[in-house]
Amino acid sequence: MSGSRGELPPLVDYLVVPAVNLTLAFLVSGLVVLAIGENPLAAVRIMLSGALGYAEGVGYTLYYTTNFIFTGLAVAVAFHAGLFNIGAEGQATMAGLGVAVVCLAFDGAPWWLVLPFAVAAAALFGAGWAFVPGWAQARRGSHIVITTIMFNFIAATVMVYLLVNVLGKPGAMNPETRTFAEATRLPPIRDMLLPLGFDVGTSPLNPSFFLACLAALLVWLLIWHSRLGYEMRVFGFNPTAAVYAGIDPARVVMIAMMISGALAGLLAVNEVMGVQNRLLLEFVGGAGFVGIAVALMGRAHPLGIVLAAFLFGVLYQGGAELSFERPKISRDMVVVIQGLVILFAGALEHLARPPLVRLFRRTRLAAEA
Amino acid sequence: MEFVESAALVLGSAVRLSVPLLLACLAGLWSERSGVVDIGLEGKMLAAAFAAGAAAAVTGSAWLGLLAAILTAIAFSLVHGFASISQRGNQIVSGVAINFVAAGLTALLGQAWFAQGGRTPPVQGDARFQPIDLPGEVAARAAGGFGRLWSEVVSGHNILVYLAFLAVPVTWYALGRTRFGLRLRAVGENPHAVDTAGISVAGLRYAAVVIAGLLCGLAGTYLAIAQSAGFIRDMTAGKGFIALAALVFAKWRPVPAMLTCLLFGLLDAVAIRLQGTPLPVVGPVPVQVFQALPYVLTVVLLAGFIGRAIPPRASGVPYTKDR
Repeated sequence: MSGSRGELPPLVDYLVVPAVNLTLAFLVSGLVVLAIGENPLAAVRIMLSGALGYAEGVGYTLYYTTNFIFTGLAVAVAFHAGLFNIGAEGQATMAGLGVAVVCLAFDGAPWWLVLPFAVAAAALFGAGWAFVPGWAQARRGSHIVITTIMFNFIAATVMVYLLVNVLGKPGAMNPETRTFAEATRLPPIRDMLLPLGFDVGTSPLNPSFFLACLAALLVWLLIWHSRLGYEMRVFGFNPTAAVYAGIDPARVVMIAMMISGALAGLLAVNEVMGVQNRLLLEFVGGAGFVGIAVALMGRAHPLGIVLAAFLFGVLYQGGAELSFERPKISRDMVVVIQGLVILFAGALEHLARPPLVRLFRRTRLAAEA
Repeated sequence: MEFVESAALVLGSAVRLSVPLLLACLAGLWSERSGVVDIGLEGKMLAAAFAAGAAAAVTGSAWLGLLAAILTAIAFSLVHGFASISQRGNQIVSGVAINFVAAGLTALLGQAWFAQGGRTPPVQGDARFQPIDLPGEVAARAAGGFGRLWSEVVSGHNILVYLAFLAVPVTWYALGRTRFGLRLRAVGENPHAVDTAGISVAGLRYAAVVIAGLLCGLAGTYLAIAQSAGFIRDMTAGKGFIALAALVFAKWRPVPAMLTCLLFGLLDAVAIRLQGTPLPVVGPVPVQVFQALPYVLTVVLLAGFIGRAIPPRASGVPYTKDR
């Protein structure tokens, strides 16, 4: 995933390069806003105040951030093993099924009792849905990108079938399960923050935010402080060398994909158990794909991912407010920005690098002279 | 006879449903045979559909709609080309980016320009591509039975349908039998050899992505102002990915690509036709089975259970000249 390292100081590599890429993406986004006849600076102001200007907005921003941390980590773990998992969307969809089945089975039980089972079910269903593409890549040599794309569509179709014919609430307008009992839902975080004088209002922020932070920490330990993570990085960096070093490539691919799928699956704990309180179609809402942008932006490092997820949380919440204030700039603007971030931070990541390398070489030479 | 007539109706519908798949699939074929992986077919098709719908609605001319669509799709192709060929970026990432930008931009601009919830104003008459009746259509229809095969399956489509099926032999000939095609395929298998022969790798790859853009432009136009009477939000609905599946299924060859797209179109047509009516022997089959079948078949094929699908050797690999 990376270009030539070592030519730039690490700080520049990890901060300045992404900042330049992000700036380019935002500049082009600004041109789009200009093209539809609105003022980009005013748009930025509305977005920032909508996402960060008041406590309820912050609550929404962090709720979006939770989803994006999960999917960003999912994509990043696969990246480290040299795999491109485009299937986070489908893996989270299937995980929703797992969470819903657990919540419906334990309906009425207190949430803290159900939560461990829901988390396990989410991870299991997500990992299971990622296992097949991982297995097909490792053992049958099929391309993970194509297979995970296909699995997204298969997951969506399976979900329609299950919700319409099997799990759906009879007589409902939309294909969805019945709503879980109040006690089983994850409580809003509001009650915990009120004593601290912070009122996040009716925002759907819930304890799964802490689960996301914990997941980020665990991924950091996994990738940089465990034997398995080392194997994954070696394999991702140079598969031939990995085999030579006695690493079993099939095992690494399958395990990396299952961890990736499990992380994507945890999104369902937030959405199904915490926010929607029932299983419905397309509850993932594209967060699986946002994970790609988040992982690229955060350079596959958990800390970077948390920051990038927060940035996209701001974009999503700010974009919602923006479309209220300026109806001409619909929420689709966020999708455009997301695409541009993927383009500039991912596909065109080398665009800004050569000028920066030249700049640093020149300053270093000047310093030595 | 009644069976033949209803079969003719389903087949005619299958032909119409397979056209966008076929055009997008051929677009992917050109691009990937030159070594540029293209998962942005969906986005390019969507952008083209919007351009066609918008231009046809504003100018009242279907042909100007087509022109706008082709130019738009080629512009997106060139972005992908710049990222994958000149910048040696990750081609998958670039394709994902194209899909997002297209999905967001079409909905955003559609709402900002026409304020109809992201759709373009409905068009009719000259702003749409109308069905063409081939000679003998009326007589064949009147004859019924096998005559319906002529009137429903072969005749009565718009010009883009015939263009799409014409593109198959043209692609087969151009890729397989011309010097340009031979070089283009070589660049997808072994770019170093092509470079050694003094031919520009980047030039050939850019040519391929432009051709892919042209075909995606046709596909988008067909969706917006031939099959429908205007662009609607997200109207490609995953067709670009089914086309990608078809490309894998056809093992990157033009004639099998056509057959696969017809098969996938037929699955779609059968699903629409059945709508839950029970089949003989197996009983009622959920419509989702037909919808998921192209994806499942592709996964099974890729895993090597039905033959083997091997992509062009250098596809997805940016070319770096040896120093």
